[in-house]
Amino acid sequence: MRLHIFILKRLGYSVFVLIGLSIIIFAITRAMPSDPARLALGGRAPDWAVQRLREHMRLDQPLYAQYLYWVRDALHGDFGESLFTRRAVASDLRDFFPATMELALFSGIIMAFFGILLGAISAQYSNRWVDNLVRMVSYVGVVTPSFVFAILFLLLFGYVLKLLPTIGRLSPGLSYPPTITGLITIDGLITGNFAVVFNGLKHLILPGLALAMAGLSQEARITRSSMIENLQKDYIASERAQGIPERVINLKYLLKPSLIPTVSILGLDFAALLGNAFLVELIFNWPGISRYGMNAMLRKDLNAITAVIMILGVVFLTVNIIVDIIVVYLDPRIRLAGGRGK
Amino acid sequence: MATPLLEIKDLHVSFQVYGGALKVLNGVNFTIWKGEKVGLVGETGCGKTTTMRSVMRILPIPPGQVSRGEIYFKGQNLLDVNLNKVKGVRGKGISMIFQDPTAALNPVFTIGEQLVDVIKYFKDRGKGRSRDKMRNRAVSALKDMHMPDPERILENYPIQLSGGMRQRVCISMALITARELLIADEPGTSLDVTIQDQILQLLRELVEEKHTSSIFITHTLGVVREWTDRVYVMYAGSIVENAKTRDLFSHPLHPYTRGLMTAVPKLTGEGIAEGIKGRIPDYLNPPPGCRFHPRCESRMPLCSRERPPLLPVDDNREVACFLYSR
Amino acid sequence: MHSDLSIQRLSRTWEELRKGWYKFSRNSLSVIGLSTILLVLFLAIFAPYVAPYPEHAGRFVNFAEASLPPSMAHPFGTDVVGRDILSRIFFGFRFSLLMGVVVLTLVVPPGVILGLTAGYFKDRWIDTVIMRTTDIFVAIPPLVLALAICSVLTPNLFNAMMAVSLMWWPWYTRLVYGLSSSLRQEFFVQAAEVTGAGKIHILFKEILPNCLSPIFTKMSLDMGWVILIGSALSFVGLGLQPPKPGLGTMVADGAKYMPDQWWITVFPAFAIMVVVLGFNLLGDGLRDLLAVEEV
Repeated sequence: MRLHIFILKRLGYSVFVLIGLSIIIFAITRAMPSDPARLALGGRAPDWAVQRLREHMRLDQPLYAQYLYWVRDALHGDFGESLFTRRAVASDLRDFFPATMELALFSGIIMAFFGILLGAISAQYSNRWVDNLVRMVSYVGVVTPSFVFAILFLLLFGYVLKLLPTIGRLSPGLSYPPTITGLITIDGLITGNFAVVFNGLKHLILPGLALAMAGLSQEARITRSSMIENLQKDYIASERAQGIPERVINLKYLLKPSLIPTVSILGLDFAALLGNAFLVELIFNWPGISRYGMNAMLRKDLNAITAVIMILGVVFLTVNIIVDIIVVYLDPRIRLAGGRGK
Repeated sequence: MATPLLEIKDLHVSFQVYGGALKVLNGVNFTIWKGEKVGLVGETGCGKTTTMRSVMRILPIPPGQVSRGEIYFKGQNLLDVNLNKVKGVRGKGISMIFQDPTAALNPVFTIGEQLVDVIKYFKDRGKGRSRDKMRNRAVSALKDMHMPDPERILENYPIQLSGGMRQRVCISMALITARELLIADEPGTSLDVTIQDQILQLLRELVEEKHTSSIFITHTLGVVREWTDRVYVMYAGSIVENAKTRDLFSHPLHPYTRGLMTAVPKLTGEGIAEGIKGRIPDYLNPPPGCRFHPRCESRMPLCSRERPPLLPVDDNREVACFLYSR
Repeated sequence: MHSDLSIQRLSRTWEELRKGWYKFSRNSLSVIGLSTILLVLFLAIFAPYVAPYPEHAGRFVNFAEASLPPSMAHPFGTDVVGRDILSRIFFGFRFSLLMGVVVLTLVVPPGVILGLTAGYFKDRWIDTVIMRTTDIFVAIPPLVLALAICSVLTPNLFNAMMAVSLMWWPWYTRLVYGLSSSLRQEFFVQAAEVTGAGKIHILFKEILPNCLSPIFTKMSLDMGWVILIGSALSFVGLGLQPPKPGLGTMVADGAKYMPDQWWITVFPAFAIMVVVLGFNLLGDGLRDLLAVEEV
């Protein structure tokens, strides 16, 4: 099928998933045993105040009505009010979301690039010391929780070696560049403020690396095993027999089919990355929505929780669409055979 | 006489698996001269493909390994450890057509990309040729195969072609680089019989046109009889008989060859064919002495003790059997 | 005779097990994984007997011995209220393993059944309903969903297990769906259909046995992942509550005292890694073992 149709189908499907997701999240947050209004105001607030808050948040209405109001508002960009900050959740999101996006994108790029690179090197020198080293490191990377990495990196590079900063996105003393995308490094590049770019990158390294470790290790392993498997395939033997040099075989004819399983996994690894960002942001005091969402969850701030999860869902689905497009590009069998041909 | 084009001497290859080593090749001796069309016959599992892959140096080295023997191509030992020297051989002198054309083509690249790369690296440098010239060369290669609409085929992916077309593409790739020797591993077996016939016909034309030597691997005697000058019969990892095709079919010497001949059903109404009793040996623990002796009706006590060497019985004929030597 | 057949089958299974063990044991990493898990299991089950200070696993304070670095008396040191970290880790293994076992027990049967059904009845309405539902659950980062669910309930181990279960089941459904939908076209399934076998029989006696290898491999790997997520949840305080010795909780407790009293965090973190690594190695070994052999 043509590429446009493919994208449209995926978009339609994503919308459907988002709707389903919103229903589920709505149901979960509204079906809480405790009373969020009471929690927000505290035990000593008078009953009438609690009741007024409940009406304000429409908590006394039937569930489906609440949902429909929410949808209507959400489509206008209004995600309701936070029970705590009393600000529109949407503006909270606008403040905090770019920080998380910057971290996630940075981590994602590290994860994909170095993961594939290490996996390829490992496959190339399979069963030699390089391979064994990479395999050991990737085992460690996969089994260690990202919050442990975060703590370790913070300790090692932040305090002991004092190489890299550990708090926030920019060192005090530097001011944020004007907000164009919200990503400090990009905005800094656009406005030509290289001090900010450099400093922002330094702040990104530790949390970014801590987040990326698990996915990086996973990509490395899959790339490695995929390459090793494909090395045994007849078509590689055939290409060698026809005189195509090893270098070309490795960089072109082996790499492309081997990347297919790796890229397919990228979506899931990115999802895991977004999830782990919650913890890593806390540890590094990163002002992103994960920290905001975390607090919202601990304080049972309904609208904020719902909005954060929906945003993450959108991000994840977008990444998945992109990943799927790349996979279709890599493996022509999918669109030609109409299905996944393995 | 001039040096043979390809000479395999006493080749031993084994594979490491659960439980031990599979001693797949047990002393293969094989010679082919310039311009010859040689058949390599044997049942599935006797080691034909392994032998040829050893020649091309495309054996998977762990778990496989060459424990003994030499392979000489135009006087040069191909088993020299340095693969770089060998690279001068692959794709320039010897080429190979694989059994399964679907597996032999890279599924994520177009036919054109793969063909053009073969052409590009043919001279071992890959530079100095314009893309157009290479593309035209690819188109003419496909035209030689009598393929309709070669331009469109270049843009296609392997999955879009039929089995017969894929086989032709593989052949055209091999023929671009096969100057001296073409090894065809059961060409057309995975295809329809009629298509297979077309493919074989095509192969013969091309091989004769370019005076390329060819090795035809097959387990079908009928194909061998029609398409080859000389035949090597292989059983369980070594050559048991080697003769001119005519001679082999008119009076086969080795008991295994004789068994093969009677196993082919004849259309002249002589009834159902007899097979050879028994099965191919277990390569983990092969029988001592001659590997065929457990199934041989003419076996002697000597056969279970010593391995019969491949010895000439005639001009142009060799047999590995104690019935004919000593 | 009936008994002859069963004896034959038994001896064949035994032979296969032996062959399997041979192949498995050749891979030293898999053996390391298995041994690690067995060790952890042993420590967890016999914690009250092998831990040097079993009472430290509950409510216990002894400020005189607080924050002691590793020593002979306390190989992993003590935490801020004087509890022996080594003992607490042994008990912590209990909760980790418990979480893994409970979650998988809750998740695997329904997940597999749904997957079998959806795959077998592919392209019918039941397929669409089941698989679209899994799509929705899969669309959100796993940890986030678990956090969200945990946050709306009272934080404790049970709710954490429920939350993780709720987001874990779709993965088994998807795995088995792929297997089931391709297996249903195999000849042996069609043969069973033609001879009038009931759907239940087909699903459970024909298709399911052929899915067991990937399912077991996944279960083995999943033990590790569930424990990992569980530790993340308790790290933020949404899982096991103090003073219970959850490994994640212990890491969180110690995080404030880094880098000086490093042992309070490092050893529990290490314990998490060891458990997850063990299951990972075991799972990889199983996968290699159960994969199709080629010569």
